[in-house]
Amino acid sequence: MNSKMKLFSYNFVDSPIHRLSGLTKLICFMLLTSTVMYSYDIRIILVVMLFSLFILKISRIKFSQIRLMIIYVLVFLITNAVISFFFSPEQGVNIYKTRHVIGNLYGSLKLTWEQLFYQFTKFFKYASVVPLGIIFLLTTNPSEFASSLNGVKVNFKAAYAFALTLRYFPDIQRNYHDISQAQQARGLDLSHKAKPMDRFKYALLIIIPLIFSTLDRIEMISNAMDLRGFAKSNTRTWYTYRKLQPRDYAAIAVSLLIFFVAIGISVFINHSRFYNPFI
Amino acid sequence: MNDQAIIEFQDFSFQYFSQAEPTLIDINLKIYPGEKILIVGPSGSGKSTLGRCLNGLIPFSYTGVINGSLKINGIETANLDIFSLSKLIGTVLQDSDGQFVGLTVGEDIAFALENDNVDHAEMNTRVTDVARMVDMQNWLSSSPYELSGGQKQRTSLAGVLIDDVPILLFDEPLANLDPATGKTAIEIIDDIHNNSQKTVIIIEHRLEDVLHRNIDRVIVIDEGRIIADMDADTLVSSKILKDTGIREPLYVTALKYAGINVTSKMHPGHITSLNLEGSQAVLRSWYKAISPDSQHNTNPSILMMQNISFSYDGVRHVLEDINIDIRKGEMVSIIGKNGAGKSTLSKLLCGFEKEDQGSIHFMGDDIKGLTIKERAEIIGLVMQNPNQMISKPMIFDEIALGLRLRHVPEDEIAPRVDKVLKICGLAPFKDWPISALSYGQKKRVTIASILVLDPKILILDEPTAGQDFQHYTEIMKFLVEINKGGVTVILITHDMHLMLEYTPRSIVLSGGRKIADTLASVVLTDSRVIEEANLKETSLFKLAQLAGIEDGTGFVQGFIDYEKGMRS
Repeated sequence: MNSKMKLFSYNFVDSPIHRLSGLTKLICFMLLTSTVMYSYDIRIILVVMLFSLFILKISRIKFSQIRLMIIYVLVFLITNAVISFFFSPEQGVNIYKTRHVIGNLYGSLKLTWEQLFYQFTKFFKYASVVPLGIIFLLTTNPSEFASSLNGVKVNFKAAYAFALTLRYFPDIQRNYHDISQAQQARGLDLSHKAKPMDRFKYALLIIIPLIFSTLDRIEMISNAMDLRGFAKSNTRTWYTYRKLQPRDYAAIAVSLLIFFVAIGISVFINHSRFYNPFI
Repeated sequence: MNDQAIIEFQDFSFQYFSQAEPTLIDINLKIYPGEKILIVGPSGSGKSTLGRCLNGLIPFSYTGVINGSLKINGIETANLDIFSLSKLIGTVLQDSDGQFVGLTVGEDIAFALENDNVDHAEMNTRVTDVARMVDMQNWLSSSPYELSGGQKQRTSLAGVLIDDVPILLFDEPLANLDPATGKTAIEIIDDIHNNSQKTVIIIEHRLEDVLHRNIDRVIVIDEGRIIADMDADTLVSSKILKDTGIREPLYVTALKYAGINVTSKMHPGHITSLNLEGSQAVLRSWYKAISPDSQHNTNPSILMMQNISFSYDGVRHVLEDINIDIRKGEMVSIIGKNGAGKSTLSKLLCGFEKEDQGSIHFMGDDIKGLTIKERAEIIGLVMQNPNQMISKPMIFDEIALGLRLRHVPEDEIAPRVDKVLKICGLAPFKDWPISALSYGQKKRVTIASILVLDPKILILDEPTAGQDFQHYTEIMKFLVEINKGGVTVILITHDMHLMLEYTPRSIVLSGGRKIADTLASVVLTDSRVIEEANLKETSLFKLAQLAGIEDGTGFVQGFIDYEKGMRS
């Protein structure tokens, strides 16, 4: 069925990103997320963000695959921003040590340029991780990734368990979809018309059958693996094993460069994790 | 044949820790190298447990008490672990979807080699070689979602053959395959047996389908004991099949109906070996004497699909210009191979998806504007796997769910649930937890939970999949009762017996188009439809040819009418 391209899971597409080894992608992902997590410099964050959007584009991921994910993340980030504003409206002032009031909001609650700038930075800091995570999950062949993990001495059972989880993720999504339709036919209302509490209760009506049919599946797969000698020795080889290619080293080098430049800017130019345009 | 048995059970018994009674009792069985053995038995007879004892899942994954001895290759299995056993016996499990471990065909075939630390270059050559043996060499980089059921099974087979094991064990290899693919599977197994001289053991309850090719011995298991160990000819002409509730081949049933005494001299084990010498005339006169069933459904239309077209991606049509008119009180089957559009059609009817073109009418009214919830009160859908529907621990609550979600008052719910429980034969279990029920009973619970909404039309997706003859008959009789009670029943199925026996009318889909909409007897004897829909010609048709009856389709229809007469 062609609906498979819409799923939030690995699909093989021949793009430069898909061709990178899973290990390379893990290292780059860690380096780039560390960069944006460490730095509060909006310039660095925006550069990484633009860079990752560019990578997202060349990895040929379809928007329909990730739309739902993006919506969830945006809702989360906006809620987070609003709540953190009300909890500490003066955080920006504390950090940047200046205070430029834009206007009065309510009582003593004032909106400052510092706070706005701080929250703007934080919003993009989190938002820039999203494309990176999406690229990593959607372009990495789970088995090939497991073999790379095992290559860097991660226990192969743990690596394989991880790969299996990713491997069955689309199956579970499909199953969820089927169960949800059957339960809707029995009268389950998952639309916005239902009350939040009801929607939670209703979600359980889908999750319980999902768990039971998944457990059946797990028994079967573990039997199949036992019968073909999984974990009979303490090591294993991998059909999907790939040697790191020059392009892998190049990708790691680019990520390292971004990482060190970001740290360098913080240490030598900003003298802090924050970039302060107010002084 | 060697004197030394490759498999030898001696006074062997097994009891699961979770069960009160032993599942296998006093098993004594010798299997010799190069033999091809079929093990049959109804569900719960212990045949799968026997398979698990052979491949080591017992006691590795399922624990229990073992008594007696089981030797493979002369070695007591108690002294072997599952890994050493896997070098002697390769197992192809029932669900080829569930056992697909790898992300691609190549990776799945290589799985056993990976675990053996075979180096990368050698692994690649061996995978390619084995893939060629099962004709999957062009699919090495495909994912399971791109494969048909038959291709998945061939992949599983390759994954086992890669180890060059002396014994191959097939656990219900036909369970999830359509008739044509099942037939091919039996042919592939037979070819491998002939070319490799491996010992082959097939566990299956669909006797006739396995007997499509030669079998050396058939072992019948019932209630944990071996009750027969004989060749197919002797078994088929004995009473054993009837007594144990295993379906005998259809042509044998026809011969018996005609009053012919079936003996092993006629070689009735396979339709191809059957010798009708002297009985043709009897069969012909029986056929002439059958009075055709002239009941025609002349009720008004209950469900009409007009010019329905649908596509998921806007490019490829999953359904194209479908016109179907179903009359009130009919029991029809919708058939076709995987991807023919059967499930999509049921999704359109239930409103899960919206048709791109055309319209659906219920009793003359267009139902376009109805929501999923509203449609459910007219058209109920029962999914194939009951575990996909059951969401409450107690039977009563599960059945009442649909009503509670519709805010029906509790004092009205109780009598409605009671009524449905009674219809479904579940009344004695009213206060039971669902976990205590058998698979067949769970299936009834799911049907009951849909019936409680009082739908006028019931759609069932593969209602009898994986069921043995007895459970199949129970479920189908139950559906006939419901049908007689006024509910129109639509069955989506691969099962040719079901079509022949229970649905006078069959609608065949292929590539999103309706290619036939006629009597089941016509569908199962029309070579064009059979080929397009991955069906198999019924053995009754072959029997008619053997008896010199020209109108084979008429003979099949005669059989259906005769059987219907017998039932009522």
